[in-house]
Amino acid sequence: MLNIDSVEKGLVIDHIQAGKAMEIYQYLNLDKMDCSVAIIKNAKSKKYGKKDIIKIENNIHMDLEVLGFIDPNITINVIDNSEIIRKINLELPSEIENIAKCKNPRCITSIEQEIVHKFRLTDINNKVYRCVYCDMAYEEN
Amino acid sequence: MLKGKSLIEPMDLSLEELNEILCLADEIIENPTAYADACKGKILATLFYEPSTRTRLSFEAAMLRLGGNVMGFSSADTSSATKGESVADTIRTIACYADIVAMRHPKEGAPLVAAMKSNIPVINAGDGGHQHPTQTLSDLLTIKTLKGKLNDFTIGICGDLKFGRTVHSLIKALSRYENIKFILISPEELRVPEYIREEILIKKAIDYLEVERLEDIIQELDVLYMTRVQKERFFNEADYIRLKDSYILDSSKLEKAKEDMIIMHPLPRVNEISVEVDNDPRAAYFRQTKCGMYVRMALIMKLLGVE
Repeated sequence: MLNIDSVEKGLVIDHIQAGKAMEIYQYLNLDKMDCSVAIIKNAKSKKYGKKDIIKIENNIHMDLEVLGFIDPNITINVIDNSEIIRKINLELPSEIENIAKCKNPRCITSIEQEIVHKFRLTDINNKVYRCVYCDMAYEEN
Repeated sequence: MLKGKSLIEPMDLSLEELNEILCLADEIIENPTAYADACKGKILATLFYEPSTRTRLSFEAAMLRLGGNVMGFSSADTSSATKGESVADTIRTIACYADIVAMRHPKEGAPLVAAMKSNIPVINAGDGGHQHPTQTLSDLLTIKTLKGKLNDFTIGICGDLKFGRTVHSLIKALSRYENIKFILISPEELRVPEYIREEILIKKAIDYLEVERLEDIIQELDVLYMTRVQKERFFNEADYIRLKDSYILDSSKLEKAKEDMIIMHPLPRVNEISVEVDNDPRAAYFRQTKCGMYVRMALIMKLLGVE
């Protein structure tokens, strides 16, 4: 198996659905950060067969709430002195901004420049997010 | 406190606020001259990005009858939208000139964008196939006036329930009153949107029924709310031919209806209510139009905070 140095201080984002790591890299704006980031694709997983992992060095203060929208199965470990000091359980965020776009062609977001694309959680059990402008439910595909 | 608020969808108003508006409308109907100068010196901007006859003129008549002034445009062609100006920029400009705005826009959510960027009240005068809250105020005032209550009745809503914004706003508003049963009459492809079914009817455990033919259930109704079904909304010609007569109200269908049922329509109608029905004492749609002007007067006063 490929070896990546363990993190001394930072975050390990684990159990990412295989193939989704780059998406999360973009959502968290990791490309704009100065810290070291390792992306592991298709690592072996007992639970899911394979998974992606992101390791972030020296940065533990990030807004990770959005990950709950992208994939609530993700687990996050906060590392200090090479030890897990905290596990973060993800919840579905009540609102998301500029993470997803409304697909309703009749929605104002389809034409308005520089609009904040905003969805609100309306059904926690079925993970339904609705566009605040037109009420259409968000669909991934 | 309604002063300074915007009205984008019916749920923006609490039941108390809604009641305040309907009561003020009643007072205006009783004594219109007492309100002839209520909005003197105030300006209403009507920003209509798509055509409208009665809604725009109803807003303008309402403001003029309150002694205020109006300005605006009646199609996107005569606005800076043709130059590509955003709704956000337009509203920030208009807010420098006017005290209150009524906006119609073909895109759903445009009035909400305006309200978010505006420091003056914005009233949604219809956004795409989404919401039309001031039509709902007219509808509620009509029902309250003619039935004497806004609870304990069965309402049939017939026609294009998918794209009919008046229908969506009316269902939302009535969902807060007790013991309302909805019978939703439409072809399968024009049923209410999923967000109305899931977020309002199912979540609030409201009694509702979806049927295809008006003649099968007309005898159960206390209120019949007709809307227009356009041929181009049907997915196939065969369904249109099979069902089109079900969505036309005429005297023969009315024979089975209750004596005190009221017939409503947001207008304009094309052929979904035969002209012969106009003389039926149950026809309430022109009265509904008149209620629209008075209730808009009341709304403008409340949002401007004038007495």
